Amino acid sequence: MYSTTGIEASNYVSTYNTAFYFIAGVSLLLLIGLTITMLYFVFRYNKKKNPVATQIEGNTFLEITWTVIPLVLALVMFSLGWSGWKSTTKPPKDAMNITVVARMWSFLFVYENGKQSPDLIVPVNTPVKINLVSLDVIHSLFIPDFRIKSDIIPGREKFMWFLPEIEGKYKIFCAEYCGLQHSYMHSTVNVMSKDKFKSWYAESAKAVTVAGNASPADIGEAIMRAQGCFACHTPDGTKLIGPSYFNLFGSQQTIIRDGKEMTVTVDPEYIKRCILQPNTDIVKGFPSTVMQSYRSTLSDNDILKIIEYLKTLNDK
Amino acid sequence: MSTQKNFEEPSYLEYKGKYKGIFSWILSTDHKRIAILYLFSLLTFFATGATLGLLMKLELIAPGKTIMTAQTYNAFFTLHGIIMIFAVVIPGLPAVFGNFLLPIMIGAKDVAFPRLNLLSWYFYVTGVTLVLISQFTGQGPPDTGWTFYAPYSFRTTGNMLPAVFGAFVLGFSSILTGLNFLVTIHRMRAPGMTWLKMPLFPWTLYATGWVQLLATPIIGITLLMIIAERTLHIGFFDPTLGGDPLLYQHLFWTYSHPAVYIMILPAMGAISEIIPTFCHKTIFGYNFIVASSIAIAFVGYFIWGHHMFTSGMSGTAQYVFSLLTFIVAIPSAIKVFNWIATMHKASIDLQTPFYWAVGFLFVFMIGGFSGLILGSLATDIHLHNTHFVVAHFHFIVFGGTGFAFFGAMHYWFPKITGKMYDSRWANTGLIIFFSGFITLYGEMFFLGMKGMPRRYYDYDEIFHTGNIFSSLGAVVMYFGLAVIIINLISSLRNGAKAPSDPWGGKTLEWTIPSPPPVENFEEIPVITKGPYNYK
Repeated sequence: MYSTTGIEASNYVSTYNTAFYFIAGVSLLLLIGLTITMLYFVFRYNKKKNPVATQIEGNTFLEITWTVIPLVLALVMFSLGWSGWKSTTKPPKDAMNITVVARMWSFLFVYENGKQSPDLIVPVNTPVKINLVSLDVIHSLFIPDFRIKSDIIPGREKFMWFLPEIEGKYKIFCAEYCGLQHSYMHSTVNVMSKDKFKSWYAESAKAVTVAGNASPADIGEAIMRAQGCFACHTPDGTKLIGPSYFNLFGSQQTIIRDGKEMTVTVDPEYIKRCILQPNTDIVKGFPSTVMQSYRSTLSDNDILKIIEYLKTLNDK
Repeated sequence: MSTQKNFEEPSYLEYKGKYKGIFSWILSTDHKRIAILYLFSLLTFFATGATLGLLMKLELIAPGKTIMTAQTYNAFFTLHGIIMIFAVVIPGLPAVFGNFLLPIMIGAKDVAFPRLNLLSWYFYVTGVTLVLISQFTGQGPPDTGWTFYAPYSFRTTGNMLPAVFGAFVLGFSSILTGLNFLVTIHRMRAPGMTWLKMPLFPWTLYATGWVQLLATPIIGITLLMIIAERTLHIGFFDPTLGGDPLLYQHLFWTYSHPAVYIMILPAMGAISEIIPTFCHKTIFGYNFIVASSIAIAFVGYFIWGHHMFTSGMSGTAQYVFSLLTFIVAIPSAIKVFNWIATMHKASIDLQTPFYWAVGFLFVFMIGGFSGLILGSLATDIHLHNTHFVVAHFHFIVFGGTGFAFFGAMHYWFPKITGKMYDSRWANTGLIIFFSGFITLYGEMFFLGMKGMPRRYYDYDEIFHTGNIFSSLGAVVMYFGLAVIIINLISSLRNGAKAPSDPWGGKTLEWTIPSPPPVENFEEIPVITKGPYNYK
């Protein structure tokens, strides 16, 4: 069998373990004890061994005993869970602020200096406070190795915080069902040494980091990767929830605008409209209202680079 | 109680009323025939839901695409949830065994409102049909999950309204059944049957009736709010209109959590009947079992928030809901202790229904204990929305209610059909089913502890081994189910004739012939002793 506890990488692991092992331990003892008692009775008092039953109406002392003892145990269990949880509501004042922007179906982590990353990169032994923002539906940021998760609710200000204690890479899952690609909405926490983090953080304050000599098309692709475009649109012609980018630029598309069908040519103006007002023109055969506007996250310059990238996806 | 007489009246199965053929069933106001209507509709939905579940588990046997696409998988878990919760487990024991046995066990000729009873069945069928239709008439296939969480459910399909309307109609079926049972129990008990001489299955139906009556209207209020939001654009739930998605979760669980007690209380009642009968011994602590049913029904209203520990309720709400969740565990524990104490110094006749009761106790304890882990705040924050939760509620809802349903089916089968079944095949089916059940859902606890979220079409390689075990368990369990059901069906044709009291039971249903005559009792019995009197 495999280990079921995983890696113990944050401040919550020990409080989780205390509550979990106490409740599970007491439960297991009771389960085994009660099951053995029951099986013993079934064996000892079956019809062959005990032809005549002794009629017993009850016993008030026993009833009180098996009400009070479980009640005390339950209150201890409650208080362990409570005390372990209390710290989750109180982030330290010096915590590093990061905002996660969740959308179907990707996470984007935005740092205070404007740096953006699809992975969560944090320094070890530094409290991290994550402000939770969703652009569309409810998501949930879940880091199993940290024993923490929090729902990300559109229109609500929320945060979670944790103290990463061991360097390494840990998985992030989305734990609230959010549609077609829910199980592909994942990411990684990369816990670095403080020095490494410092140089990563200072490296470039630009939205997206690419090599110095990158072409506009390469930058466009990096922007799209960071924004999670490929969760719904593939570059290779596979149809997901949105149309593929393959052979898209310059092609003719049948779209629906205000309930009327029409044909348009995919030119820079159309692409810009699709990114900024995604629900004006809907390509026939695809659902509406799934995509959100990227007005607040992408500049005109970003969109020009995206268009350069899309041009590279046509058959030569 | 009186000895058996020769009844001249035909049994409810042979009785020729005004209508013929199918109409003699779907227009019958006899509580026994209505129970059979529920039984058949319920088993049909159950077979559908179980098959969807099996296909889902086959998909999960390996990461990546195995037998279906993500869209199909999402549709399957949505339908599996909707069918199993709303069409199978909520009506479950009250609609089938409650309808058939409640009047008989309290010495009445029928329920208080026989026509309302038939209407409830029509509401049930209409409600289920509406919910299912709503899932296929939107822009795409159904994919919201059975919880219909806002705002996702509003965005994807636009057919949220008919789905909740279906739940609303189903709610009426539930309210009317609850009301009918409450009045029946209050007004129609046989002379001499005081409250504390009433058997425990009717007692749990009584507690359930209040939950049905008081909790179900909340789904109606929610519907009105959704209508106002969709048509008048008043923002209740949708953040784009200024609403709050959490309000939807609160309203949904304010009904759906008490609904869990609608599912489990009658199951506890059936177990409380089976154990004394096969122990040939009066039940231990009758008064305490009665009191614990009432306590569960009462406290069960105030713990819905434990479904929302990670959603961002206020801190005070979090620990109050957590505390109450631990409190509600106590009356369930009291029941378990009393059931086991009943076996002490008993004279146990090891028959199939008793094995189901022992199986029930084991899986129900696992379900309950895992509930403690989820009720605790520090642990729930890690385990919420993982496979641990899926395992927990399948142990309670399928393990608890399902085991009790099959136990009840094997216990009252001779009474309902007038035929005995083959115990060897019944026990074989139970053993196969039980092994499959433990492998399938037991493994999910470990998957959840490792961090595998629920509603996942595809998963990381670290979860592969556990999923292989779990999926193989599903195949075994499905096979066991088939053995159990085929055995019962073939017994209808080939089974020996059942006597009026095959198990030595002492409650009133065992004093009348199997199958019961149309009017149940020729003469309403006069009750002088407690329900489990073996002296």
